Amino acid sequence: MTLGVVMLCHTALERAAQLARHWAEHGCPVVLHVDARTPEAQVDRLHAALKDLPDIRFIPRLPCEWGTFGMVQATLDASTRMLADFPQVTHVLLASGSCLPIKPVRALQDHLAAHPTTDFIESVTTADVGWTIGGLNEERFTLRFPFNWKRQRRLFDGYVNLQRALGFRRELPQGLTPHLGSQWWCLTRPTLQAILTHPDRPRLDRYFRRVWIPDESYFQSLVRQVSTRIESRSLTLSKFDYQGRPYIFYDDHLHLLRQADAFVARKAWPQADLLYRTFLTPDGDRAFASEPSPGKINRLFAKAVERRVKGRPGLYMQSRFPNRARGGTLSAAPYGVFSGFSALFPDFQPWLSRALDARVHGHLFAFDRVQFAGDEPVFKGGLSDSPTLRDYNPRSFLANLIWNTRGETQCFQFGPEDEQAIAPTLAADPNASIFVITGAFAIPLWQSGRSAAEVRAEAARLQKVESDFVHLLNRPETKARTRLWSLAEFIENPTEPLEQLVDLLHPRAAHRVGALPQLVNLTGFGSFLQDLRNQGMAPVLMGDFPSDAELSQPSPPFARPRVVR
Amino acid sequence: MLCFLCVRNEAARLPHFLRHHRALGVRHFLAVDNASTDGTAALLGDQPDVSLWRTDASYKASRFGMDWLTWLQMRHGHGHWCLTLDADELLIYPYWQTRPLAALTDWLQDQGRDSFGALTVDMYPEGPVSQGQVSPEDDPIAHLAWFDAGNYLVQVQPRMRNLWIQGGVRTRVFFADRPRRAPTLNKIPLVRWNRRHAYVNSTHALLPPRLNQVYATDGGELTSGVLLHTKFLPGIAERSAEEKARAQHFGNAEQYAAYYDHLVESPVLHTRASTRYTGWRQMEALGLLSRGGWV
Repeated sequence: MTLGVVMLCHTALERAAQLARHWAEHGCPVVLHVDARTPEAQVDRLHAALKDLPDIRFIPRLPCEWGTFGMVQATLDASTRMLADFPQVTHVLLASGSCLPIKPVRALQDHLAAHPTTDFIESVTTADVGWTIGGLNEERFTLRFPFNWKRQRRLFDGYVNLQRALGFRRELPQGLTPHLGSQWWCLTRPTLQAILTHPDRPRLDRYFRRVWIPDESYFQSLVRQVSTRIESRSLTLSKFDYQGRPYIFYDDHLHLLRQADAFVARKAWPQADLLYRTFLTPDGDRAFASEPSPGKINRLFAKAVERRVKGRPGLYMQSRFPNRARGGTLSAAPYGVFSGFSALFPDFQPWLSRALDARVHGHLFAFDRVQFAGDEPVFKGGLSDSPTLRDYNPRSFLANLIWNTRGETQCFQFGPEDEQAIAPTLAADPNASIFVITGAFAIPLWQSGRSAAEVRAEAARLQKVESDFVHLLNRPETKARTRLWSLAEFIENPTEPLEQLVDLLHPRAAHRVGALPQLVNLTGFGSFLQDLRNQGMAPVLMGDFPSDAELSQPSPPFARPRVVR
Repeated sequence: MLCFLCVRNEAARLPHFLRHHRALGVRHFLAVDNASTDGTAALLGDQPDVSLWRTDASYKASRFGMDWLTWLQMRHGHGHWCLTLDADELLIYPYWQTRPLAALTDWLQDQGRDSFGALTVDMYPEGPVSQGQVSPEDDPIAHLAWFDAGNYLVQVQPRMRNLWIQGGVRTRVFFADRPRRAPTLNKIPLVRWNRRHAYVNSTHALLPPRLNQVYATDGGELTSGVLLHTKFLPGIAERSAEEKARAQHFGNAEQYAAYYDHLVESPVLHTRASTRYTGWRQMEALGLLSRGGWV
């Protein structure tokens, strides 16, 4: 068998010359087409570089603008020339001037000799295609595309939308089932011959002149009519970014390319000396030992596309700053915000830290100092405990805290006595779980031993701040998970809410056993609230708090330590 | 690939600076020497790939050297990818050890981008900043091995559409009580130059504003780099004393008096929360730069 190579070139012609020589020296006739827009001087150099090789042909140059029929026409012309000039050719590979053979030519020839009647061409029906860009796959065949996608994008999009709105549809040529696939194929002589001499060709060519990106559909569709055996995969490895532009291979991809199961890779960076040197030297063949691992390559490129398109949620940095609609209110990981708990349970923080296996901070937004866990002056990533710095950009402060501690759940205390600027951010963050015992702010006031008259103004202020916070959390726009209890409601049965919050934040904590935290003794608090009322304030957020007499009734949930599941 | 820089008394940094950026593929350096007294001019004059201009005019009055560089860029930069740096900045970007800048700029151009953003990361030593010795030939990052990994403050400046990023060790140690004054860390050092382009404020922002859009707002990430900032080399204390006396820096030099005074005392910047630099992959994992889809 003899393999012929049709090569379409437009830039980096020194490399194209090197590649053509490599093919030719391994017994493959080459027909070259150079884009008409390439400067004459470069083309002359290409001719000169290859003039010692007998089995190289150049065909007249046509302009090959991306997405237009020029590329298909050039391929047709070159293929015609190939079959006419080289009767010994049994298979034709379509390659570009930057398609680097990554396996020995011998291996490709052996592969084709073992499959003498198989056409290797990716060919997928439009319904099954997942890779097309701009949402156009079937419509590539049914709409008209007079405008250039790259240079006249708005006209292009506008005209597509107009045709959709008007319900315009082109008639498909009879017998044609649209298929799409990689531009780079390897066909047998009979198949290629059948396409070139297709009785309907003038009509088909006229039709495909108006199809968008016909180089991905012309051969892919026609081959279905003439081939006896199609293997729908390309022998050329090519990867595309999310906008459909081919990825480029560099020297540091050498190891990766050795693991590819394809025979050719598109496209190699012209300055990737190591790649060209390794794969194009005669004894470069020795470099091909690795076992193919195409899955690894696919994963690598899929991950890269994802990083470009979706990024890392919760990361705000110099090249990622999403707006609100695209995750601009999202932090990197779930975290817990606790309001009122540390007033009610003096050892709440160590208990929570054990129950959740989490980092539990104090009041991170306290006015006087950022209370990091363990009273660290500088926390992970270099976060300072300076309240001025925190309040300068509280959103960054919080985003950084959660980003820096990925892998470890963060919890912190937050109440009406703290700086509130962060509150809207908390409410808008789907990763926040906010637990509030409303009215608990009064407990420290009561414990301070000051009289109701003295603390009345402060109590009223805190109540106002907290009710604003509650109001914020109750808005329909809130994305945080919230649980609110009034103080009265909470102390009636504190076990259940505590279990609930452990379940929410650490669902796999089922095996964890621990006693409930010790509740502060509230005897006398009821009278304190009554005193506040007598001073003219209306403490409402506590709920219907029981009088001291009611509170002294022994209540079972408090009597025994509970197992928190 | 051209590199523009404006220097004053940087003889201790330039040998490594030139070596680092030459290795990335910078073909020619265009330098303005502002009245150096430490042999900087001679050092630059000896290089085969440096064109040197000298001036004794005021650094401050020339918008901190930007007017000089803008003129050079207009004359010599048109149509080229241009790198504009300070002598205490070392550019790194994804794959920088294996791919020259031309690979990066080809990729950017394919993506339809004419500018490339980089975050300034202040590097510092483990001990007091004035201690230790680093020879001009050494890689300063071996000594300045530490940085703050996660305390950067990001906001958008709607007027020029550029981000405003502050933070890092200078903000943490010297500006915690007046963060508005803290140094700006986001830069756009690499631009496909057109004679109509101009840097507005150091290399933080450019005109036209579209060049400042070096970040994605759709949730994705664009390719970005880091400028390893070698400010805190051992000579920093003497230099700070001199800078304070010259009062040539930034909008309001008096605001910086306290900062310079603090530096003269040779503080320790390292804490338990500091991170040791290991390379660009670490920087990417920490979210300080991004491959942004480049493989």
